[in-house]
Amino acid sequence: MSDADHAEARVVITHAVGLHARPSVKFTKLAKGFAARIELATAPSGPWVDAKSIVRVMATRAPTGSELFLRAEGSDAPAAIAALAGLVQRNFDEGGHV
Amino acid sequence: MSSVIAHGVVAAPGYASGPLFPIGQSPEVVALHPADPDRERIRLTDALAAAAAAIADLMASAAPDAAEIIEFQQMLLADDSLAAQAYAAIGAGTDAATAWAGVLTVEIAGYEASPDDYFRARAADLADIRDRVLRHLTGGSDLRPQPGSILFGVDLAPSAFLAVDWSRGGGIALSGGSVTSHVAMLARSRGVPMLVGLGRVQAAPGDPALLDAERGRLVVLPGSEERHEYLKASTGYLQLAHAARAALPRPAVTADGARIDMLVNLAHADDVSALDPRHCDGVGLMRTEFLFADGLPDEEQQYTQYRRILEWAADRPVTIRTLDAGGDKPVPGLTVPEANPFLGLRGIRLSLSHPDVFRTQIRALLRAAPHGELRVMFPMIASIAEYRAARALFEAECLALRTAGTACRLPPLGIMVEVPAVAIHPQPFAEVAFLSIGSNDLTQYVMAAGRDNGAVAGLADPAHPAVLKLIADTVRFGDAHGIPVSLCGDAAGEPAQIPRLLATGLRSLSVAPAQLAFAKAAVIRAPAAGGEDG
Repeated sequence: MSDADHAEARVVITHAVGLHARPSVKFTKLAKGFAARIELATAPSGPWVDAKSIVRVMATRAPTGSELFLRAEGSDAPAAIAALAGLVQRNFDEGGHV
Repeated sequence: MSSVIAHGVVAAPGYASGPLFPIGQSPEVVALHPADPDRERIRLTDALAAAAAAIADLMASAAPDAAEIIEFQQMLLADDSLAAQAYAAIGAGTDAATAWAGVLTVEIAGYEASPDDYFRARAADLADIRDRVLRHLTGGSDLRPQPGSILFGVDLAPSAFLAVDWSRGGGIALSGGSVTSHVAMLARSRGVPMLVGLGRVQAAPGDPALLDAERGRLVVLPGSEERHEYLKASTGYLQLAHAARAALPRPAVTADGARIDMLVNLAHADDVSALDPRHCDGVGLMRTEFLFADGLPDEEQQYTQYRRILEWAADRPVTIRTLDAGGDKPVPGLTVPEANPFLGLRGIRLSLSHPDVFRTQIRALLRAAPHGELRVMFPMIASIAEYRAARALFEAECLALRTAGTACRLPPLGIMVEVPAVAIHPQPFAEVAFLSIGSNDLTQYVMAAGRDNGAVAGLADPAHPAVLKLIADTVRFGDAHGIPVSLCGDAAGEPAQIPRLLATGLRSLSVAPAQLAFAKAAVIRAPAAGGEDG
């Protein structure tokens, strides 16, 4: 597998309530749009969970201010990571620009 | 077979007759056959598909805010990680119902153990999908109550209320519950009869029952005499309701010629869907908690709902209350558990302690203001400093929006009078644009009797002389300083209370839409307004 098939990112959750239901719905819906295997963790050492599973994503209970680690494997991995990191950085497109 | 009679507290008035439909109880898990893994796998697959189809159905007819909650459940249901664990248990010889219930019960326990309010609240969503699937597996496929059913259980979630078609009657009978809950507010505004605090009632699903939410009675398996009595009482109520409806298009003028402004309280933006704006003089209280039911809404979501109500009301005034969370109205991700929440960080106190969340609401209000006659009020004000701090945020955000070239307007800013300190000593508040008496909270704080506590319900009397004196003092203060005063508690919607309220000098009442006709009829019946100009 070439390097182009692998991508990683770390982002900070600024959403006021953290990775809760509404942000998790948006996040997993976006992740499902990519073919790559995408995983998420709240620490660099894991545990890594399937970013396409809302049950697993919610179970990370990532609160506001916490760091999120993303990694993907597959032909569209870089695009997937860019899109998901962007969503988190844009505050899940919620809450205006406070 | 003899009837069972239970007594409760009226949360929303009216009558309903129909079969009992159980809510919120987990159906019994019964392993009917020795488990055959292949067969059980197919049964679970079918049940998951059927539950998903039922949720998709719900989604199609839900209001946007309810649809969000349902979408979350839909995604949980579609998540392979839950199903995979259940299939694994089936492979090990467990039947489908036990396997599914086991996986979900573990998941739910994780949510219930969370220290975060918001996560604990999500346990209900998981329990909901667990039970939907189980109902398919155990044969009870009737997920939706028949029209006209009486929903019966410990408590009812707002999302469950919104999923029911109430256009063909029906009612709610809860062994627990509270008259101040979000569901009770929805029931009052939609005219769905509702009783709470019934305690333990011996009844089975499908039992015929009569709900008398005037005197607070639920009769299960009624006899012919009870049916006859119900028919008489409900017909009388309907006739009264019919007569009251005749009062709807008329202005509310007392026999001695005092014109009373009759406004409506909205708990939800959808409350106006069946309401003709010409039948009222505006919106006296639009609550905004519904927007925060599933986490924090963004500026656009809020702006859309505020603008919708302003446009509905056209040139009539619309008073929107900034977020009144805390107390018995927790907001996921915002409120924190407190030992004494009614005396804690609620209303304006909470908003001022979360300026980022407050500023988002303020910007949405400022941008909506040019679309109608907006007024904004702050809940739980105890000191003038709180009012000034909130006002300063409005002014700062207004300036920022103008600088950015965004259309906005600074609306008149007023306060709720519900903390006794304000009613006893209103002098510092001469600079506010208007006063709105919140009689529910004022009563509970004056009488030191929680309205959510059935054991002291008798003390929480809005017609107690001490409460009426504070209302009269507030009206007199407003008159002396040219500040409009209105009252927006439940007392304004109780026909028996209206003459007493008018006697304090009040000339503006705000009531739930379902109570508007009765309240107007009561004003028109009132022989004299009383008060200083009556």
